Amino acid sequence: MFDFFFNFHPVIQALIKGLAVVLVIFPLAGACSLAERKVSAWMQGRPGPNRAIVPWFAYIPFLGTFLQRLGVFHLMADGAKFLFKEEPVPGHVNKLYFVLAPALAMMPAFTTVTVVPFGAYFDGAGHAIPLALANVDVGLLAVFAVSSLGVYSLILAGWASNSKYPFLGSVRASAQLISYELSMTLSVVPVFLWINAPGTPGTMSLAKVVEFQSLPGFWGGTWFIFLMPLSAAIFLISLFAETNRQPFDMPESESDLVGGFHTEYGAFKWSLFFVAEYSHMLVGSGVFTLLFLGGWNPLPWIPLADFVAWLHGLLGSAVILHPLFVGVLSIAIFLGKVLVLIFFFMWVRWTVPRFRYDQVMKLGWQKLLPLAIANLIFYALAIAWVQTR
Amino acid sequence: MAIIPLERKPLSLAERTYLPAILSGLKTTFARLLRPIETLEYPEQRPAIPPGYRGVPTLVKDPNGREKCVSCQLCEFVCPPKAIRITPGEISADAPTAQVEKAPQAFEIDMLRCIYCGLCQEVCPEEAIFLQNQYSMSGYTRAEMVNHKDRLYELGGTLPDPHLKWDKKKAAAEHGNTH
Repeated sequence: MFDFFFNFHPVIQALIKGLAVVLVIFPLAGACSLAERKVSAWMQGRPGPNRAIVPWFAYIPFLGTFLQRLGVFHLMADGAKFLFKEEPVPGHVNKLYFVLAPALAMMPAFTTVTVVPFGAYFDGAGHAIPLALANVDVGLLAVFAVSSLGVYSLILAGWASNSKYPFLGSVRASAQLISYELSMTLSVVPVFLWINAPGTPGTMSLAKVVEFQSLPGFWGGTWFIFLMPLSAAIFLISLFAETNRQPFDMPESESDLVGGFHTEYGAFKWSLFFVAEYSHMLVGSGVFTLLFLGGWNPLPWIPLADFVAWLHGLLGSAVILHPLFVGVLSIAIFLGKVLVLIFFFMWVRWTVPRFRYDQVMKLGWQKLLPLAIANLIFYALAIAWVQTR
Repeated sequence: MAIIPLERKPLSLAERTYLPAILSGLKTTFARLLRPIETLEYPEQRPAIPPGYRGVPTLVKDPNGREKCVSCQLCEFVCPPKAIRITPGEISADAPTAQVEKAPQAFEIDMLRCIYCGLCQEVCPEEAIFLQNQYSMSGYTRAEMVNHKDRLYELGGTLPDPHLKWDKKKAAAEHGNTH
């Protein structure tokens, strides 16, 4: 049915796939900003944005009001506003770098999406084929390598703004991101020590990690969050710091730095920073889901293959086994987990107040890093003992 | 006073990780998420005004439709920010309420000056001026923010009057008892 797609030139295939992913990520990042406003409103006992409506939608009896109350049109109104409002460029900035910074913020955020697998389907032989723009073997390494480039945009924004608060914000941002990258990277090493057993071909692929969490048996189907809870905790905390979310909101810190690194930015350039932040969050949550939450497996110890077989048995329809359905189902499960994590990000934001700068540094270097190293040593010894037994 | 030394226990390991505190905080915020919304959606939903509320000062009529103000100007004199300006006028001799003799020709309250203190209401011997429930006054110009007599009666409406003092006075005068 879809043979025509596979007959295209590989470049065109990649372009179509890339476009499809961008078309999902962009609105999703926008929807996250809306969700942020709604969740924060509900947690504070407010209704949140619920007024804007497109005239034609007002005529739809039930759906129109529902969408209005949900604030969906505020999202569109905000987007349109950011597109059309004046772009102020202060007179004292370094114009080239000032304009370059928001673009540079977007690039790593969207580049990392390419190597994150987001679903799978089964070929005729029952092998899971991961869905990804580029299912490369360096996987996680590529994510870390590219996403850490994101700090350059913050430094550049702070430096180019040529003003004190953005500069302080960007200095804090660079210190914070560099500090937490260490513990983040160290915390995932045990996962890859475990899946790269002696005698098997070495890999850093994220799809392989999910494959390991879909194996049959008790230890096979265990999600790594149960196997390595400390790794998961360290990774999650570092993820909060890396995506500049509360309680590690150092680069922005509205209360003491005006707006942090983006104080001098307005209109579309400002919104680019925010889409980049939400994309980082999406990709970060995606990586966490793949590494520790079983990727596209619906429940612990219930891999996708079993779930599809059960559905097939329940409904008896051949459509269930179609690769297209399985692919969409797996993407839906994966996205569902990612969105739950995004909600968790927002939930924490409205629960925990911001750390002071010295507390952030202390937590990063004196607590998380030694903990991550101890965790690594413990799991290295444990894995060596288990796998060579 | 005796000084009571408090024993400050060092934090336990669990407390030092912050995690139990954060988890209980998460529980609190999630419970908040599920509770109903507490804010009012203002222009459509209005807050309930408690009795005795001091809103915009207004002039009222008695149940017979007579304007109660007799332009004695006590409110004008007592008004701390001098927001009230009254031009006294006469009631013509052929009017049904001619025995009242006086009524304001013009009555202006400058809401840019008014401090909602309620002294005008307190001082009024005729119970003609009341601070009622309206709490939001807005206008595009300074002139718009001055409430004239018509507007004041429109805002005030009619309030019940247990005394109807001028009717009693008239009836007494007709029976030859002129106080």
